Amino acid sequence: MADSAKLVAPHSEMATPDFSNWSCPLPLADYPTIVMGHGGGGKLGSELVEHLFLPAFRNPALENLGDAAVLETAGARLALSTDSFVVQPLFFPGGSIGELAVNGTVNDLAVSGAEPKFLSASFILEEGFSLAQLAAIVDAMARSAATAGVQIVTGDTKVVERGHGDGCYITTAGVGVLRAGIQVGPHRVQPGDVIIVSGTIGDHGMAIMSVREGLEFESPIRSDCAALNGMIAEVLDAAGLAVHAMRDPTRGGLASTLNEIAQSSNVGIAINEASVPVRHEVQSACELLGLDPVYVANEGKAVFFVTPEAADRVLSILRAHPLGKDAARIGHATAEHKRILVARTTMGANRVIPTMIGEQLPRIC
Amino acid sequence: MKYLTEFRNGEIARTLAREIAQITTRQWKIMEVCGGQTHSIIKNGIDQMLPSGPGASIEMIHGPGCPVCVTPLELIDKALAIAAQPGVIFCSFGDMLRVPGTDSDLFQVKGRGGDVRVVYSPLDAVDLAVKNPGKQVVFFGVGFETTAPANAMSVHLAKRRGLRNFSVLVSHVLVPPAIAAILQSPGNQVQAFLAAGHVCSVMGYWQYPPLAEKFGVPIVVTGFEPLDLLEGIRRAVLQLEAGRHEVENAYSRVVTFDGNQAAQKLLGDVFEVTDRAWRGIGVIPNSGWRLNAEYRDFDAEERFHITGIHTQESALCRAGDVLRGAIKPAQCAAFGKECTPRHPLGATMVSSEGACAAYYNYGRFLSAEELAGAGSALSGAAHG
Repeated sequence: MADSAKLVAPHSEMATPDFSNWSCPLPLADYPTIVMGHGGGGKLGSELVEHLFLPAFRNPALENLGDAAVLETAGARLALSTDSFVVQPLFFPGGSIGELAVNGTVNDLAVSGAEPKFLSASFILEEGFSLAQLAAIVDAMARSAATAGVQIVTGDTKVVERGHGDGCYITTAGVGVLRAGIQVGPHRVQPGDVIIVSGTIGDHGMAIMSVREGLEFESPIRSDCAALNGMIAEVLDAAGLAVHAMRDPTRGGLASTLNEIAQSSNVGIAINEASVPVRHEVQSACELLGLDPVYVANEGKAVFFVTPEAADRVLSILRAHPLGKDAARIGHATAEHKRILVARTTMGANRVIPTMIGEQLPRIC
Repeated sequence: MKYLTEFRNGEIARTLAREIAQITTRQWKIMEVCGGQTHSIIKNGIDQMLPSGPGASIEMIHGPGCPVCVTPLELIDKALAIAAQPGVIFCSFGDMLRVPGTDSDLFQVKGRGGDVRVVYSPLDAVDLAVKNPGKQVVFFGVGFETTAPANAMSVHLAKRRGLRNFSVLVSHVLVPPAIAAILQSPGNQVQAFLAAGHVCSVMGYWQYPPLAEKFGVPIVVTGFEPLDLLEGIRRAVLQLEAGRHEVENAYSRVVTFDGNQAAQKLLGDVFEVTDRAWRGIGVIPNSGWRLNAEYRDFDAEERFHITGIHTQESALCRAGDVLRGAIKPAQCAAFGKECTPRHPLGATMVSSEGACAAYYNYGRFLSAEELAGAGSALSGAAHG
């Protein structure tokens, strides 16, 4: 221990600190500028919507704050949704910004109970961005649109000076036709509803994080990016009105989606931690980086709130579909602990899973 | 999954908890020193599994082992001032970004144009310095003995490579002096310690026998998974019940008596012991490390000469009482009202490892009935 002796002081030299006077930093005022957390899918983002966008734009279609707006006009029932994509890296295991841009909007329409039909695509490109990469992105968009059965019917291109963009940003908007005889939304969620997730969670977020942090696994973590409208249509065909609500748990992950539904439906949500499907490599990567998979983004998963009677049927339909083979029943809505998401741990204790404030931050140790 | 799921087995955990209940005949107060252990105890509900009868009970007291919580306000203000300077790339572990300084935090500095980056290793910051010779790269080197070797290595490498644009803002704190300080504080209630397993993986546990001897307390080196924690508690209770006060290692798959000798050698080469201010507690003599004379050039405080920082902490919250074990976080009047992770009044509410934040995030503000309702509701569902 000779080498370490100088790292340690003799105990006798220690004085007595005063623990009774532990004092506190002053609270911060609200952030006066935009911080990254405003885009993290947590409380900061919701506050922006609630206190800035909603009061300014207020109208009945917006106030639902769903994944897509439901519009009834000229005898048609339409859903309209838009999403921007700023992912880095642009290409990652399992996909690229191109697949995300199409599937993200397709899924937002699908979980609103609509059949996605038409998309717009706007590109903000940085001076110097490789045309070959842009071609690869556009090709991915075309293939994804064909797979999802939607057409990209309008678009726009802007170029910004070098240093003013991150290569390529894409915004898509989509229109879908609401299916007849289907009503989904947080307002229909009832205590007793069974919650089903269509597969493993956290795949997309950890695929991105692994590339960014240079983590290598025996089998690389692949993004789950996929269009869910086909699978969702099968569920709706079979279960119809027994499906009360659907969401795609993207940014902010499963926990943020369930918290949002608990709050907008005024129910409690109870889930069983052990039944939430998580891939081993995703769990390992999360442990390494100090993250919780329930907060990690998905791009090809849906969460369903269905009546108890329909649960088994929905589960078997999902499991028969290639995108839903790992589907699992993870919990239920309850009249207890309203607006709060509670998980039963493997130890048998209960813990609250709160809404994140901003982004999930990796811990020091 | 090897070394992960085995230590989260609910059935074995319940068996251990039953055994602990059987051997407990009195009321014991045990402190887990490390914030990571606090987090795990609350997240997994370990404290709910311990005996709580009127005559025989175990109360876990959450120690000051969260590096984010104890980093002094003055140093955070210095970090903010350095990070805001043009030409600086300021690198930090993720936790530190939301910790409030006097009137800002690193997120806001970043939002205003400061180049603030989250890194997972200080060696990434060294790489940034190599790639950006025109910039000053500063790493915010906080943490206990666990994070110190990598920080020491970053400075060691920077010196070897002759990097003139890399420096570290150091605020290392040490566990054994903190344990001694707690045991010497007036009204101390802690009767046994769970020593922080990952600190011991670096330092070994050769520093603890004199502490156990001098203060007559059992010290059990303990890991972080549910079964590790229950086993650490079980061994501490066995000692308490038998009137023994020894140092035991309940984390032998990771920790040896001598610790990581190569790391300790490096630490000895780079750091020297110094008095260190702990946020809210005050100065504990010889409780930290700073860069020694040979590496002083890499000290960001020397390089940037930040002056004119005047900090003032209000005395609204009761984090000191929480740390002494006098109250639980939820017993503070401000808890969950004026003080939330969104608007922390005290450092213990800031980091996810802080005791107050752990209580808040895992819903310890709910009544027992409310949570029990969740349990009974769950038992009939979720068999998918």
